[in-house]
Amino acid sequence: MSLKIVVLAKQVPDTRNVGPDAMTPEGTVNRAALPAVFNPEDLNALEQALRLKEQFPGSVISVVTMGLPKSAEVIREALYRGADKGYVVTDRPLGGADTLATSYTLSQAIRKIGDYDIILGGRQAIDGDTAQVGPQIAEKLGLTQVTYAEEIVSLNLEERKIVIRRHIDGGVETVEAPLPLVVTVNGSAAPCRPRNAKRVMKFKNATVVAERTPEQNEALTAKIAQKPYLDITQWGAADIDADPEQIGKAGSPTNVKAVKNIVFKAKESRTMTGSDADIEGLIVELLESNTIG
Amino acid sequence: MNNVFVYCEIEGTTVADVSLELLTKGRKLANTLGVQLECICAGKGLNGIEKQVMPYGVDKVHVFDAEGLFPYTSNPHTALMVNLFKEEKPQICLMGATVIGRDLGPRVSSALHSGLTADCTQLEIGDFDMNVKNADGVMEKKHYTEQLYQIRPAFGGNIVATIVNPEHRPQMATVREGVMKKEILDLNYKGEVINHEVAQYVPDTEYVVKVLDRHIEKAKHNLKGASIVVAGGYGVGSREGFDMLFELAKELHAEVGASRAAVDAGFADHDRQIGQTGVTVRPKVYIACGISGQIQHIAGMQDAGIIISINNDPNAPINTLADYVINGTVEEVVPKMIKYYKKNSK
Repeated sequence: MSLKIVVLAKQVPDTRNVGPDAMTPEGTVNRAALPAVFNPEDLNALEQALRLKEQFPGSVISVVTMGLPKSAEVIREALYRGADKGYVVTDRPLGGADTLATSYTLSQAIRKIGDYDIILGGRQAIDGDTAQVGPQIAEKLGLTQVTYAEEIVSLNLEERKIVIRRHIDGGVETVEAPLPLVVTVNGSAAPCRPRNAKRVMKFKNATVVAERTPEQNEALTAKIAQKPYLDITQWGAADIDADPEQIGKAGSPTNVKAVKNIVFKAKESRTMTGSDADIEGLIVELLESNTIG
Repeated sequence: MNNVFVYCEIEGTTVADVSLELLTKGRKLANTLGVQLECICAGKGLNGIEKQVMPYGVDKVHVFDAEGLFPYTSNPHTALMVNLFKEEKPQICLMGATVIGRDLGPRVSSALHSGLTADCTQLEIGDFDMNVKNADGVMEKKHYTEQLYQIRPAFGGNIVATIVNPEHRPQMATVREGVMKKEILDLNYKGEVINHEVAQYVPDTEYVVKVLDRHIEKAKHNLKGASIVVAGGYGVGSREGFDMLFELAKELHAEVGASRAAVDAGFADHDRQIGQTGVTVRPKVYIACGISGQIQHIAGMQDAGIIISINNDPNAPINTLADYVINGTVEEVVPKMIKYYKKNSK
């Protein structure tokens, strides 16, 4: 018995390593200065999928991402680590989407993939930290959800039930839920296994159409006929039957009114060195004023 | 209709602090808007629950009391909120940015097609202008009054964004515990209690997830309530480096906190993270060790009384906020602080 698994992945700017050039003088984000990475918690989700595949041989892991054509990088990365198929949802009208429009778009892509037992994704992406897309996809597909998952404890395919240990505020709980469902995985779950060298060789030239020049595309046509895995599926809004009113900016209830770089108001501060005299002086002063006891 | 709602999170039969903080904020927003404050209490054994919330100025308490509503699972709580909101049409809904609030909020917002902003650090009421298509398909400027400004750091804490949802209701926002202050309005505040028939809101088919086992541990530390916090950043360099901070904290009867970068690097445990996506602290003294001071960190400690920054980068953003700036490395300065504290105290 095998499973149909969908993994949601996002390519994100690496907001954990922000340099001084990350912001433009106008106070907007300089995306070019930030390296794009595989959203960390999506890798934790991929690992859970790979473990299920080991347990249920013959299972198929499909990885879906929405973004610019270059977000196919995360698909390749997932293929290197053991995923079977990739889908890049990319189209100009999809841009400017908030979480609701994003979850609608991804849920349409998942509907198009069709058959699924479990949809896994990271708890949240590091560029927004909202944790909204997973539960919203679940709602749109009429599925239940288990968020903040730490580990898939067991999965019973005959009874179509899954047992998951998850984080809750101040503790942990173990829940049993029916398949199919959406599971979002925490960063504290098992880390993703490394790339497999053979798979890197196999998939390193896999691309979506939008990444290829017309010449490259032509050159590849014959190759792709023999090796279909070199062509990563690319879908636009029309391919997933997306309602234009529910995608991109039009489908986003939230609007950004203002964005600003906070400039801290400088306080009157005292600057000192790390010398013994300076530190002892400070400690004595804080003790005398009863600031520290 | 058109009122401000707060979803109250309930552990057993106790309303969570974060919900009481949001009731306090919700009361203020309702006053500004000239509307009522209502809240939802869902769980089991909730007889008398209104006594915990009404002193915060709640005009209407919607009680959903049934087996299966505690412990919390996603579907039943979503169903009762969505169906209640279809009747009540609130303009604002506030929820804790807790595990429950962040599980429930997006599901409810998806079902109602309303906007939701996560982890807000400020909520205000104001106007908004936006270009929208009129009946003839021509773009024109539209003026919206009394919108909820949902203000949050974004993009890893490098910017602060103000979000509005002019065309959709309710305007939903989650807020972390400790960000808003809880204040009792009137111990004798009189509101109305409505005990809802749960089955009318939650079909039996929604009870799909079973909680098999649940462990809640008492927090290992009291970072939130500490009067002195010693916090370490990426500049501390290692988990061993943090041992030094623990030593200083022990001397000062302080608690140890950490920046997100330090937590991500594995130097400190996740539950010690201070900032927008962690704990908010308001200590008397905040000693920032090797913390650069990204906005998302500042959001969690800016109300500290005295801020001492130890940093070998004189241009670290946090220094502009500090009362005392020590130009030096953590490994040089912290042992000296321990030494001279021992020498001069008592």
